[in-house]
Amino acid sequence: MDRAIEHTKYLIAGSSHAALEAINAIRMHDAEGPITVVTRDSHLPYSPTVLPYVVSGKSAPARIFLRDEDFFARNKVSYRPESALKALHAEENTAELADGSSIVYEKLLLATGASPAIPPIPGIDTVSYHVLRTLDDALKLRGAIGASKQAVVLGAGLVGMHAAENLVKAGASVTIVEMSDQLTSGYFDKVAADMIEQAFRDAGAKIMTGSRVVRLEPSAAGAKLTLENGTTLEADLLLVATGVKPEMAYLNGSGVEHQQGILVDDRMQTTAANVWAAGDCAQARGFFTGTPVMNAILPDATIQGRVAGMAMAGDPGMQDYAGGVPLNTYHFFGRHAISVGSSKVPEGGEVVTRFDEQTGRYLKAIFTADGCLSGIFGVNEFFDGGVMAQLILRRIDLTPLRERFVANPLAVGREIMSQTWR
Amino acid sequence: MGRAYSTIAFDPAKCDGCGDCMTACAQAKTGTDDVARSRIQIYGREKDFELALCRQCADPKCVTVCPAGALNKDGTTGVIGWDASKCVDCLLCTVGCAYAGIALDETAGHVSKCDTCDGNPACVPACPHGALKYITTANIYNEVGDWEDLFAPGLAGCQGCNTELLMRHTLRRVGPDTVLATPPGCVPGMGSVGFNGTTGTKIPVFHPLLTNTAAMLAGIKRQYKRVGREVQALAIAGDGGASDVGFQSLSGAAERGEQMLFMVVDNEGYMNTGMQRSSCTPYGAWTSTTPVGETSRGKTQDAKNLPLIMVNHRCAYVATASTAYMEDLYEKLDKAILASKTGFAYLHVYSPCTTGWRFPSNLNMEVARKAVETNFVMLWEYTPQEGLHFTKSVDNPLPVTEYLKAMGRFRHLAPEQVEHIQKKVVENQKFVERMTEHAHVG
Repeated sequence: MDRAIEHTKYLIAGSSHAALEAINAIRMHDAEGPITVVTRDSHLPYSPTVLPYVVSGKSAPARIFLRDEDFFARNKVSYRPESALKALHAEENTAELADGSSIVYEKLLLATGASPAIPPIPGIDTVSYHVLRTLDDALKLRGAIGASKQAVVLGAGLVGMHAAENLVKAGASVTIVEMSDQLTSGYFDKVAADMIEQAFRDAGAKIMTGSRVVRLEPSAAGAKLTLENGTTLEADLLLVATGVKPEMAYLNGSGVEHQQGILVDDRMQTTAANVWAAGDCAQARGFFTGTPVMNAILPDATIQGRVAGMAMAGDPGMQDYAGGVPLNTYHFFGRHAISVGSSKVPEGGEVVTRFDEQTGRYLKAIFTADGCLSGIFGVNEFFDGGVMAQLILRRIDLTPLRERFVANPLAVGREIMSQTWR
Repeated sequence: MGRAYSTIAFDPAKCDGCGDCMTACAQAKTGTDDVARSRIQIYGREKDFELALCRQCADPKCVTVCPAGALNKDGTTGVIGWDASKCVDCLLCTVGCAYAGIALDETAGHVSKCDTCDGNPACVPACPHGALKYITTANIYNEVGDWEDLFAPGLAGCQGCNTELLMRHTLRRVGPDTVLATPPGCVPGMGSVGFNGTTGTKIPVFHPLLTNTAAMLAGIKRQYKRVGREVQALAIAGDGGASDVGFQSLSGAAERGEQMLFMVVDNEGYMNTGMQRSSCTPYGAWTSTTPVGETSRGKTQDAKNLPLIMVNHRCAYVATASTAYMEDLYEKLDKAILASKTGFAYLHVYSPCTTGWRFPSNLNMEVARKAVETNFVMLWEYTPQEGLHFTKSVDNPLPVTEYLKAMGRFRHLAPEQVEHIQKKVVENQKFVERMTEHAHVG
């Protein structure tokens, strides 16, 4: 064997939430086994979720890091930035890195996250545009925001909406172009989305839902967009925020099975021996569907990272993954929206909503046929998302409390939580 | 090594939902009387009040899901701190926490959580019912953790046995200048006298006969005294070795006031050799020599009350203790060590036996606690100067069935046997209570 090839016990590809949780979990059980972290990024670990706040200036770029150098030294972790995973040879337990080196591992965690999904719009490669996934993306976008007079944000997911709000606040005229019929679809229902839309309109943003861009071409301002209905838009700043796709090109030929993401079982193990996956690149069992789903959200990344780390270290305390539950929070123009669980009404289930025009409080709760909570959504109505997630995961029958619960999910949720925990 | 932290403890049985704690918190933290902004929240109606408060988790989920690095657990205080200058108001922490310990303060527009008021929480003194306490959980471990563990790592004990806890903590407390005697029983069986020519302790240890433990230890202590060396003489014996064949030498050493600490680990039988009955085995209990069959229904005699017999030796110190009440045990251990410098100190510790008493190995502390809560075991201490007094109240005990049903060795009991045991518990309690009444300066 080539002596120059490095060996490690635990190789972790990626350096965000799932990877960091896996390190914690491994070190809980195995204090000494060598851990190597390889990542595409050139910085210390940070969260993609914080990047909109870097763009807005709320977060100082130097203060967003989730761990310092000392963390890796203390935990005996070799941290290797700018060394993305390039190819995986699972049958040989070997990972090939972008810098040309190779590492032989005993156990590998794929926590490589996701990258912006660029829609195949004709002409997109002829114009310059921004994306927002890495710190470098954020710094670039932040630099461009000040000079922008007319910005276009393609995609009304949470990343696009956050960026659009920042652009509005920076004084640009902003147009949000979204293919589907409402904003933030997949996170919030029509009523909530309309409230969000109104807040953006009140702030001066233009919203074009149900609009598909069919052509992009360079223009004097920067880029010219042509919509399906013939409308054209000029943009001096174009942000493409049409979603993300898992980072898994390195899998080609590796034998690790993947669909939309890397397929894993309830212990986050892939179809290959000694290879696990967690976080935004993984496709794990959905709590509601029972089938593998993409649930690329921060809280789930930490849960999956922990399960994977415990499984890799052989921790007997490991419990199988309970299944992915969508959990989202969204803060916009001083208001907030929280969504926990599935927006789909299950067969025989029931939907309860209330809306107070005075306070702008909106609540929607969905119950299964046997009285358990399956989803809860609020705008300007604060409740404990973590408690709600437990009510869902534990399938607690809320039938005797439903009326009180819908009236005050915060207090009643906490009551049930305390009784369940004691 | 990890440290034990201070924490706000809540006793729902004492809470009447008055909300004074919330007002105090709101005033301290927001300068208003708006209890909705309090970081401690009491929930419930009429009775059964519940608490939403940051638990300062050891493994905090709010920290792991924070994308901005705004939450951090302080390694010194254990408090999870929130850094307003890093927070981006995304509310993900409230999704991470399953205990509602961090929540949105709608007036402030940010999340807020308990910071224990830098170690002086305003809510605690505001509670008029004593339902809130600011306590350092397991604080004895902060101290003990720094002392040398004088027992070898790895023991041959049964799973769930509390004797390892007793041995390690007792040795840590007495320290390295100790000579240890461990007569035949579970303690040597677990490894105190070692295997293959090495001892299991890092101090001198010897293995006397069941019959002569106190006598041999007394001789060794006297010889050390003669040559001018101050050592702690310590015996850790089982109830069989102490109350049966070992009793004569134990009684003699106590009567002579030999300077030693004699600790009895009472598992109510000869558990190391196959679970035979001893004179400390309680009435009705199954053992291999008091079997349960067509005619036999377990032990037909009541247990000997060895610690009370030791009181009648007027020892320098006598106490009963339980590993379910470690703080109490530690205080008694300190007093016993001190008393053994000048006289005979006797410490009787109850040790539920997972194997011989037949209960699941995860329930040792629970069984020990139930024994005390039902007055089956009473915790008290005695000195000739102060007499005898309880260190844990014997008022309002649970019915003894709560204790009996926790294990298999009493499963066969007929109602009249249960009645007998309950009567005996009451009788014992009255007997010891009478001794506390007679407590007087001697």
